[in-house]
Amino acid sequence: MRQFLQTIKNAFRDLAPIILVVAFFQLVVLQQPFPEPSKILVGLIAVVVGLALFIQGLELSLFPLGESMAGALMRKGNLYWLLFFAFALGFGTTVAEPALIAVSNEAARITATAGVIPDTPEAQSGYANGLRMTVAVSVGVSLVVGVIRILKGWPIHYIIISGYLVIVGLTQFAPQEIIGVAYDSGGVTTSTITVPLVTALGIGLSTVVKGRNPMIDGFGLIAFASLFPIAFVLLYGMVV
Amino acid sequence: MPELLHTILMTFVSTIRDIAPIAILLLFFQLFVLREKIANLKRILVGFVYVVAGLALFLIGLDQALFPIGEIMATQLTDPSFITGTTSADVNNVNKIDNSTVQEILWWQYYWVYLFAFAIGFSTTIAEPSLIAVAMKANEASGGALNPWGLRIAVAFGVAISIALGAFRIITGTSLAYYMMVGYLLVVIQTMFAPKMIVPLAYDSGGVTTSTVTVPLVTALGLGLASTVPGRSPLIDGFGLIALASLFPMITVMAYAQISRFKGTDE
Repeated sequence: MRQFLQTIKNAFRDLAPIILVVAFFQLVVLQQPFPEPSKILVGLIAVVVGLALFIQGLELSLFPLGESMAGALMRKGNLYWLLFFAFALGFGTTVAEPALIAVSNEAARITATAGVIPDTPEAQSGYANGLRMTVAVSVGVSLVVGVIRILKGWPIHYIIISGYLVIVGLTQFAPQEIIGVAYDSGGVTTSTITVPLVTALGIGLSTVVKGRNPMIDGFGLIAFASLFPIAFVLLYGMVV
Repeated sequence: MPELLHTILMTFVSTIRDIAPIAILLLFFQLFVLREKIANLKRILVGFVYVVAGLALFLIGLDQALFPIGEIMATQLTDPSFITGTTSADVNNVNKIDNSTVQEILWWQYYWVYLFAFAIGFSTTIAEPSLIAVAMKANEASGGALNPWGLRIAVAFGVAISIALGAFRIITGTSLAYYMMVGYLLVVIQTMFAPKMIVPLAYDSGGVTTSTVTVPLVTALGLGLASTVPGRSPLIDGFGLIALASLFPMITVMAYAQISRFKGTDE
């Protein structure tokens, strides 16, 4: 209980800056009263308690699970299961992401309006599904590459910098309509639940593999997961 | 009231849907691949309930308290009549501008917008749950050497700068590509000089910044600007804030590590 109170206190401290910023702009800059102050107060309490619960839950479940899965899969000695796990984790958490569904539908609409694909509902939903699958597969692939990198101990910056070069190159050739969506798709893939699990997986792997340093080798999975989808979506725009 | 109940229910359903694929995958591996008993099963289940309930409460609260007012604020601050000082907020200027005819707004007259963009980028990033998670892990992985608050503040500065810069870009109508190129170039140069330990974490911090709290408010600001500044289209100029927000934290996190090292070796 005391620990939970401490978490509540931390959560309040995490949220204090937003409250101050909003209050300052509302009262001093715009000089307007708060609409429905009681509703805002109840909402803020929900935010503080929710954040505290989430952080406690992370330490109880997602963090230990991510690390123990990494250890267990390494002990099993079968590399393919580990890579399959990484792919399934990336694909599974992305394919049903509501933000991604919204972005793909929007992209299909824009592309149809631009006349690249026929302006029919079937063509649009086909395009949107293809895009969604492309992003989900690319996140799966990026976690697989990321895990291989941890196992082999490759330095991350060569991969990331060449990834950027590929993206800059593809941007020159990809159709104009897809570029915005492509850059956005990198951001929508990493949800609040996926990030802690994937981070714990990376750290867990780098702790059990001999000669790896958790700081140097453990991080980087998220970076791959936000980079690969951009390149994949640009390619999708060029092929379709 | 029924509307609120509906929101609460929908948020819980979507949070459970978010976590379902992870739960199924973990269960499948434990039962069929590893065939091991899960250690501390009860603790983990309680943790999952905390995660779902916590995230749902967090999102419901944001939806009730913060997002509506933040979105109205973004619209009001980008409104041309506020910028030229014809609202009550800028009483002193009213007399000076008075009856002057409709004039073109200069880029610096949006100063409240830049300040708001900076402040909202900074404060929402501090509250971002996935960044808190990564900072906790980084502190643990570095054996306590990396201060979680230092990392979070460095990332928050990165997001703050990128949102303010993104607002400037929409207002002046300059091409996003230039900003991205300069940013990437900085990242490449810093990668060569930054302490080796920080580079992967810096790359990761670009991806974690753009999630639950930041995106809705920043999108509202981008759309507000793109639809009130003459000659901008919400469709083309509205996006791009997020792209910048995943680039600049890499720069500030590496800069933070460089400054810390500089101070460390200097003493």
